[in-house]
Amino acid sequence: MRSKTFRESYREDIKVFQTLWVKLWLTTFVAFLLSVPLWADPYVIYMINLAGVSVIAAMGLNILTGFTGQISLGHSAFVALGAYTSAILATRLGLPFWLCIPAGGGVAAFFGILLGFPCLRLKGLYLAMATMSFGVVIEYTVTHWESMTMGVRGISMPKASLLGISLGDDARFFYVILAFVLLLTLAAKNLVRTRVGRAFVAIRDRDIAAEVIGVNLTQYKVISFAISSFYGGVAGGLYSYYMGYLHPENFTILLSIEYIAMIIIGGMGSILGAIFGGIFLTVIPDVIKAFAELLGQHLPFLQGRYDEEWNIATFGALIMLFLIVEPTGLNGIWGRIKTCFKNWPFTY
Amino acid sequence: MDEGTKYFLQLLISGLAVGSLYALVALGFVLIYKATNILNFAHGEVMMIGGLVCYLLLTAFSIPFIWATLITLVFALFFGFLTERVILRPMIGQPIFAVVMITIGLSIFLRSLSGIVFGHHNKIFPSPFSETPINFKGLVLSHTHIWIMIISALLVLMLALFFKYSRTGLSMRGVANDQDTAMLMGISVKRVFALTWGLAFAIAAVAGIFLSNVMVLNIGLSLVAIKAFPAVILGGLESVPGAIIGGLTIGVLETIVGGYLDDMMPGAKELTAFVVLFLVLMVRPYGLFGKSEIERV
Repeated sequence: MRSKTFRESYREDIKVFQTLWVKLWLTTFVAFLLSVPLWADPYVIYMINLAGVSVIAAMGLNILTGFTGQISLGHSAFVALGAYTSAILATRLGLPFWLCIPAGGGVAAFFGILLGFPCLRLKGLYLAMATMSFGVVIEYTVTHWESMTMGVRGISMPKASLLGISLGDDARFFYVILAFVLLLTLAAKNLVRTRVGRAFVAIRDRDIAAEVIGVNLTQYKVISFAISSFYGGVAGGLYSYYMGYLHPENFTILLSIEYIAMIIIGGMGSILGAIFGGIFLTVIPDVIKAFAELLGQHLPFLQGRYDEEWNIATFGALIMLFLIVEPTGLNGIWGRIKTCFKNWPFTY
Repeated sequence: MDEGTKYFLQLLISGLAVGSLYALVALGFVLIYKATNILNFAHGEVMMIGGLVCYLLLTAFSIPFIWATLITLVFALFFGFLTERVILRPMIGQPIFAVVMITIGLSIFLRSLSGIVFGHHNKIFPSPFSETPINFKGLVLSHTHIWIMIISALLVLMLALFFKYSRTGLSMRGVANDQDTAMLMGISVKRVFALTWGLAFAIAAVAGIFLSNVMVLNIGLSLVAIKAFPAVILGGLESVPGAIIGGLTIGVLETIVGGYLDDMMPGAKELTAFVVLFLVLMVRPYGLFGKSEIERV
């Protein structure tokens, strides 16, 4: 049983690393992650990389939707903006990758502010519609503005390199993604415990009350849109470098729904939730595939019937299941398990 | 009549035909929103399933069109009851975000499930209407579109009367207005919700059957509902006449923009509806005929 967790001040209560043990475990975990490319199967590395990109995008959406309470059905638009900005800067201007990815985030954040201002008046359903139509507009632009985005032919990306060292292969790019994930997670974790983060939560919980106690709604909603889309844009930039090829079909409304699924399943309004959700939804298609093959062995009429649709159907079913049964998501389950062990043997 | 005017009139008529389809779809949204304050994002999928079930009855069991339609309607009604009971009822009292998201989850679930069950190929719906279009002084319109207009008009009339005079319709409006008060007045809110979803799903099935007559019947049919959002928002979420006017406006605008601008700007046609949606949300979020909620924040 863990003891000596008295908090004597507010500062202690909001510390990022609560105890020495937490620090120790996290250091061990990061060290473990750093060693992954040395021993892991290439496929595992590939999956971790994809999960990392998803985690960044989901974290951005969670800041906007989970913390600030603004529903967004257009997150894929920001990912697309980031991805295409990086791709165009890299292919047309030949800029290095450490410039292209923040530039992608910056452009996405700029559009986030542009979208944020007119959306200030909207709430709930109407906001969902507005962000959805923004997503559709960006999707059409990316598809039809052929002179810039190459349309449905897609863009091929050059390999990333830093100081003359190629970062092209999965194992090396793993470190790039890991660095971004750690940096952005730490930034988000710090953000939500500062004035800005508390203002976000206040807006989510009761906007009128927030305004009354001195939270400038205009300012903080726009900040939230900007940060969220910056995360989306960075994820898009990383995605374009990692996959090496961009196609408009990757950025449909389905991707937005997938990000929504990540934060609902992972846990709304928590940084850890976005991490759980991003990893879970990246891994689950493989689980479904294995399960479908297993089913196919026993039920002959299901053999070879597996396709992408099974994944999407499962995402939909999971969204509904979690909203009805476990609204706090995987993060809530994790919290319960932790409490259970922490208080053992005095669990009641 | 010179060529230019004729082209414009033809676009106008085609636009009205497409618009009446949007209006039919929009009606279903309005019905659910009026009674339960939920915007059902899965409406398009229900439409598609209606079309697919009717197609199955027509082709695999070779049932006559009228009977197939009626069986589909009954199926949709019970499908609506089931959806309400299993998915929407646990959400009573939950924040709006959760309710929006659960219908989105339902929508992608239903879409992929129908993809798995019915397959992805395009199906040719055996149309009961005459194939030869009506030609009036060089302006062309198909029989199906005329039927769609008639059915939409009939449905609107019936719904307007239903909400105004019938006991059930009145209790639906009461529930929409204030659930607690409605309960105190002896209205069973649960039963009203179930009825609303059943009715809305039946209307969606009607729209789906007509849509599969004029469009390709496949999984993409559900995307028409996304195109109907601008119509609902433009007309106002609570307004039955608004749905019709919004639907017709969006249909006409889209066709005219497509007719004149598509050569210069490919994709302009598809984009129109969403640009309108965005502008309406900026300027007048409650639409032309909706209730404005005044709130100063």
